Amino acid sequence: MHIQIDEISKQFGATAALHPVSLAIPSGALVALLGPSGSGKTTLLRILGGLEFPTSGRVLFDGQDATGLTVQARRAGFVFQSYALFRHMTVFENIAYGLKARPRASRPPKAEIARRVQKLLDLIQLPGIGARYPGQLSGGQRQRVALARALAIEPRMLLLDEPFGALDAKVRKELRQGLRDIHDETGLTTVFVTHDQDEAMELADLVVVMSMGRIEQIGKPADIRARPATQFVRDFISA
Amino acid sequence: MSDIAHPRFRAATEEPPLARWALIGIAALGLGLLVFAPLIVVFAEALAQGWLAAVKSLGNRDALAAIRLTLTIAAISVPLNAAFGIAAAWFITKFDFRGKAFLITLIDLPFSVSPVVAGLCIVLMFGANSWAGGWLVANGYPIVFALPGIALATMFVTLPFVARELIPVMIEQGRAEEEAALTLGASGFRTFWTVTLPNIRWALLYGVLLCNARAMGEFGAVAVVSGKIRGQTATMPITIEMLYNEYLSVAAFSLAAVLTLLALVTLLLKTALEIRHADQLASSRRH
Repeated sequence: MHIQIDEISKQFGATAALHPVSLAIPSGALVALLGPSGSGKTTLLRILGGLEFPTSGRVLFDGQDATGLTVQARRAGFVFQSYALFRHMTVFENIAYGLKARPRASRPPKAEIARRVQKLLDLIQLPGIGARYPGQLSGGQRQRVALARALAIEPRMLLLDEPFGALDAKVRKELRQGLRDIHDETGLTTVFVTHDQDEAMELADLVVVMSMGRIEQIGKPADIRARPATQFVRDFISA
Repeated sequence: MSDIAHPRFRAATEEPPLARWALIGIAALGLGLLVFAPLIVVFAEALAQGWLAAVKSLGNRDALAAIRLTLTIAAISVPLNAAFGIAAAWFITKFDFRGKAFLITLIDLPFSVSPVVAGLCIVLMFGANSWAGGWLVANGYPIVFALPGIALATMFVTLPFVARELIPVMIEQGRAEEEAALTLGASGFRTFWTVTLPNIRWALLYGVLLCNARAMGEFGAVAVVSGKIRGQTATMPITIEMLYNEYLSVAAFSLAAVLTLLALVTLLLKTALEIRHADQLASSRRH
């Protein structure tokens, strides 16, 4: 799905989290929003997901205005920073949650839900953990379960907030490839937020460098490395 | 190897033996004097003239009426306060708004106001001489010296218990799980039933049990509004006081023993639930 962000701004009280920013995300792209904390990257992601509403500006999905669309109606697969798995539900119940929450008319039958959950568990290469609780999983496993849960609703796009932030360096490298594989397999337009420039450069097709609520540069990783547009980008990617 | 003397090191947080035993002793003495001794005395006094006398005093019409009234009041005020507590905690922890700190203070108000003052306020507002009370009495719905007044007084006094238990738990849990449920397509109502409520159930249960214990034991506020009509508006604590003042100590302590047992039953219930759901408790960070 093609995403168009048109002059979006966001005020929290007196502080501006986002100055008007514009951005076009081509269908099927894997995009990184890269910047230090306070750069507005998470706010932008939450606006895309419908968890936050912009003070001004518009969001367009495939050319249709989606600015006022509710979070439920957006069908965005969202992976939260600390995964936000439902701690009192098993992994199976976590992944099945979105399917069970559908209105009766479009809710798949029980057996179909079970089949889809198993398929997703296979996709994240953890086929045997359906009966466990989130508290019994490692950080890397939790992240993958969160990804499976987001994919279960057959989302129109995938949004990830610091998906590798809470993991140690080795697991992080493995899961980077895992996300790339899942993106290539599903073909979903994917936006992830990170403060780690290596991660952004290695994983993304398109990198959006942000600072202080503004977009500093948009480009392919190689282009940003070769021709940083501003002093900030130069400093940030060489750090 | 055995001839090498191993020096014994103490952990940094470990106190010297003397201090340890002194502290344990003080704690045990305090618990014994303030908790266990009175408990034993209540039961010993109740049974001073044997089981028969105790049971016979409880079979009395007024005593039965008091037990029924106390249970009715608890059955009215606890669910209402649980509902209020959940709503208040939800509102305070999941939304940002002005005057939040003020609202939290307001919820705590019944803890700092003397129950007698609370009772008096209800009498002033709904008594037969007040505007609202006069109208209600004229239409056959008396509040003061009747069940509604007692329920109101009890609810005022026990208002903070559930909200107080829930607020810290809900603050710690944050909003991420609710947001996740919403992004997965769940409605606000479904999110509340399937995500919020299960996450707070232990704190809720604990708050309800505390609320219940206090609701059954409340004396001061109820004493002002009830009018102490024997067999009609006298709750268990009030009946106990009246019996005691009349030197009917077996009857007084028998009823007191029943009140104590009701409290112990709620505690046992909580422990039983905790044992039964130990696996779920272990899988969540907090309980």
